[in-house]
Amino acid sequence: MNTAPTFDISFDGRSVPCQDGWTIGAALTAAGVRSWRTTRIAGRPRGLFCGIGVCFDCLVTVNGQPSVRACLAPARQGDDVRTQLGTGT
Amino acid sequence: MTAERPAGADVVVIGAGIVGAACAYHAARAGLSVCVLDRGPLAGGTTGAGEGNLLVSDKPPGPELQLALLSNRLWRELGAEQWRSGTVADRIELDVKGGLVVAESEAGLVGVRQFADRQRAAGVAAADVTSADLPDYEPKIAAGLAGAVHYPQDMQVQPMLATAVLLRLARDAGATVLPDMEVTGLLRDGARVTGVRTAGRTVIAEAVVNAAGTWAGEIAALADVSVPVAPRRGFVLVTEPLPQLVRHKVYLTDYVADVASDSSALQSSPVVEGTPSGTVLVGATRERVGFDRTPSPDAVRALATSAVRLFPFLAQVSALRVYRGFRPYCPDHLPVIGPDPRAPGLWHAAGHEGAGIGLAPATGHLIAQALRGVVTDLPLAPFRPERFMAVP
Repeated sequence: MNTAPTFDISFDGRSVPCQDGWTIGAALTAAGVRSWRTTRIAGRPRGLFCGIGVCFDCLVTVNGQPSVRACLAPARQGDDVRTQLGTGT
Repeated sequence: MTAERPAGADVVVIGAGIVGAACAYHAARAGLSVCVLDRGPLAGGTTGAGEGNLLVSDKPPGPELQLALLSNRLWRELGAEQWRSGTVADRIELDVKGGLVVAESEAGLVGVRQFADRQRAAGVAAADVTSADLPDYEPKIAAGLAGAVHYPQDMQVQPMLATAVLLRLARDAGATVLPDMEVTGLLRDGARVTGVRTAGRTVIAEAVVNAAGTWAGEIAALADVSVPVAPRRGFVLVTEPLPQLVRHKVYLTDYVADVASDSSALQSSPVVEGTPSGTVLVGATRERVGFDRTPSPDAVRALATSAVRLFPFLAQVSALRVYRGFRPYCPDHLPVIGPDPRAPGLWHAAGHEGAGIGLAPATGHLIAQALRGVVTDLPLAPFRPERFMAVP
């Protein structure tokens, strides 16, 4: 039985449920979101690839900070997560 | 029907790095039959671990600068060739972005300006940049620097793409390229070299060109001659992809001194540049530690620290990875280019240290000229392979 406290983060304006200890990448994946970034040149969708912080494919904008690795960043209550277009700047 | 003959070529090139590829390209274009062999993949040695610096800015007047200026012209000619629906330049990410050599102190700036004066007399384009004008060249550069010299001829290329395209063009001109084919011995006729032997075949050749880079000494030893090429380790740091924030090849004046240094200790002066894929590359440490592939936190820290000194915004940027290569250097920091009189039939094109990508086209061009018996555009005497022999 999982008794970890739950909270919500925001992804492009909608609520995504989360538990303590989850990364942003885990929360998005659990909510069925597969991509949250577009590539810089061709605009193709990207999400988790390696999942361990090496490939930099899962970059996302968190609380206004672009290029955060979703697979490493712990989810915190009230995080404002936004799809990142290109370099996000 | 005739009996099966051993394979033959006018020229066998050992090594499918950028220098071997340039030799093959120029020799094949000159009408020679060419066979390129490499024990591994294309660009699998030092070429694939390079930064793609095509610099005239870091070279004092002398034979290496002459080689760099000739290469500069040949890179542009290659870039202007048609490739599919575009140009070779687009395909190999050849970018005439220019270099910016920055001085931190007034004393350093005096040195940079004097160096540039000497280079101008040797045909290099160089323009003084005042401290106040620096942001026009590099908006994100650190404040408080003394000044700079701008070198519009400096270029950048993606070394692996350039190697692949040169070899493709060589094949279009009739060359054969055989990766994963290690040369295990040389065919001999007395002192003469008459071809190469691999595990499965022999190739007879009029000339065998040793373009084995950092491992050129091993090939020379197969012909019982010595070519003193040794490895110098260099790390390059790669950042996450960014919008274009660095426009030139930007480096501190120390880099020039490091390149010419004879010290074996770790040296680090940043060369910072953007790439078409968005990553920023930070080179280049130099250490003499043999073929030690161990990652070095000290080297990487030194690179990162010095890069932030030039571009403070990099302090907020993530590094993706680090890679290292072994630059082939000779005791006098000049390459070996030309025929080896100690083993007729054997030629060398190696030992370009950290400038092999930049110097490859001129090397290939001069080798192809000499192979055909044409007067070379530059004298090969400074690059003679036998120049290191002890005087009796």
